[in-house]
Amino acid sequence: MNSTDIVHERAAIAGIGQTAYAKNLGRTELDLACEAIVAACDDAGFPVADIDGISCYSMEQVTEVALITTLGIKNVSYMAGTPSGGGGAASVVGLAALAVASGQADSVIAFRSRNRSKAASYGADPLQGGRPWAKAGTRLSDWRQWHHPFGVAAPVQEMALIARRHMALFGTKAEHFGMQAVAQRFHASRNPNAIMRNAITLDEWRESRPIAEPIRLPDCSLENDGALAVLVTTPERARDLRQPPVYFLAQAQGGGPIHVGLADYFRTSASWDERDHAGRHIAKQLFARAGVTPDDVDVAMFFDHFTMAIPLSLEQYGFCPLGEGGPMIESGATRWPDGSLPVNTHGGSNGEAFIHGVNDTPEAVRQLRGTSTCQAEGAEIALVTGAITDPSGAILLRR
Amino acid sequence: MRDDYPKPAPSEGDAPFWEWCQRHELRIQRCDDCGAFRFHPRPRCPECQSARYQWTPVSGSATVASFTICHPPVLPAYADRVPYNAVVVQLAEGPFMVSNLVDVDNDAIEVGMPVEVTFVEIDEELTIPQFRPATVSQSAAR
Repeated sequence: MNSTDIVHERAAIAGIGQTAYAKNLGRTELDLACEAIVAACDDAGFPVADIDGISCYSMEQVTEVALITTLGIKNVSYMAGTPSGGGGAASVVGLAALAVASGQADSVIAFRSRNRSKAASYGADPLQGGRPWAKAGTRLSDWRQWHHPFGVAAPVQEMALIARRHMALFGTKAEHFGMQAVAQRFHASRNPNAIMRNAITLDEWRESRPIAEPIRLPDCSLENDGALAVLVTTPERARDLRQPPVYFLAQAQGGGPIHVGLADYFRTSASWDERDHAGRHIAKQLFARAGVTPDDVDVAMFFDHFTMAIPLSLEQYGFCPLGEGGPMIESGATRWPDGSLPVNTHGGSNGEAFIHGVNDTPEAVRQLRGTSTCQAEGAEIALVTGAITDPSGAILLRR
Repeated sequence: MRDDYPKPAPSEGDAPFWEWCQRHELRIQRCDDCGAFRFHPRPRCPECQSARYQWTPVSGSATVASFTICHPPVLPAYADRVPYNAVVVQLAEGPFMVSNLVDVDNDAIEVGMPVEVTFVEIDEELTIPQFRPATVSQSAAR
């Protein structure tokens, strides 16, 4: 491998851990985060107290101090947060790798904890439990004033508007989103940790409830509780631990507009052209530094708040030309076991769980360890991305 | 109108937009230096970084850039109008805006439709800009 990225050969994933994923676990986000972090350290055979760095979303509600004091971490040398929900799904791990590769820390835990089912125990908190848009109130001073008075308040509606634009420009069909939903629900049906264990057919997708056309219920991410953690350490230390190390080839980030500001998203990003907006910008840096091409990627975990994100991600990350993401799904390319690029083999956000996409990295690790329940045969390189509609990032991993 | 209808409580920088709507006039920020229009409001021009701008009237002509039909009401305030449309329109002056279409069947909405602004009074406190199919003369003028 000819990667020039600083993370190459200087950082490795040594452990992954997670809680059960379910509709209502009835536990705090701190409690869930601790369980996931202890599980990741146990997976690696690594002492929790030796963690010396913490990486998370900047919107994460479990604080570094709470983790240090609850888990008895001796001290930390590095703390970092990455912007947006969804966009940072891979970057929470990428930031951990940067810290280890640059020598700022030796062993960094990246995590996400969510208590977000509709019936979650802590639903009265403005940021925990339930749906944030339902708690925004009737006096709006932020971005919501440009959406809510017009009946646009939930991400599904924003994504529907983005998806329809893609359909109008390129001939993408709503059924392409449905085909990806069906593929991911099949993947989830094989994953014992998935919330949705029953596969669905395309006819069942066609008969399902429209939520915000063209998006139907099975296209949507789940509303659930759960937490997971990823332990990143030096390759030298990782090789002495319990699991085969998974190495970083590259990590990259990109900014750009976000779906909650649709006026700006449409201004700069809804033509999906050669302009250097988030996904394309990330992909250029990522593959250039990694010294590999999309053809070298064996399996991909694309952030999928809604299945419409998959054709957009396939295109922006260079797996097919602009406008060919839908037909690529229709060809079966993203479906395990026969597809050329199995996508979201854990079942993704509509099948396994929605932990803000951070649960995509553990599945990439399982693929590279050879332990996925939808194992891509001989998988050597895996891509993990953040949301294609948010300030975002991606990582490339190898076994 | 329902008392749970979500309404702007704008900051100083955002308030003029809504105040002009109250007077049934669509005005957005226009950069004094490069002339670019922008929406939503913000303190700097994203084209040239200038802080100088005027709240400038726009034509009210627009095209539908995208649309969705919303089924379950994601807020209780929307319950009595489902299914309803939501659109992103592109104003003739360039900027995009989230809104709704009126005077058109939901199944007749298409990307690229020419539309024009109309002001809808939600109640005495709030008037919002919505859009309706453009009249023939305005379409021909474009």
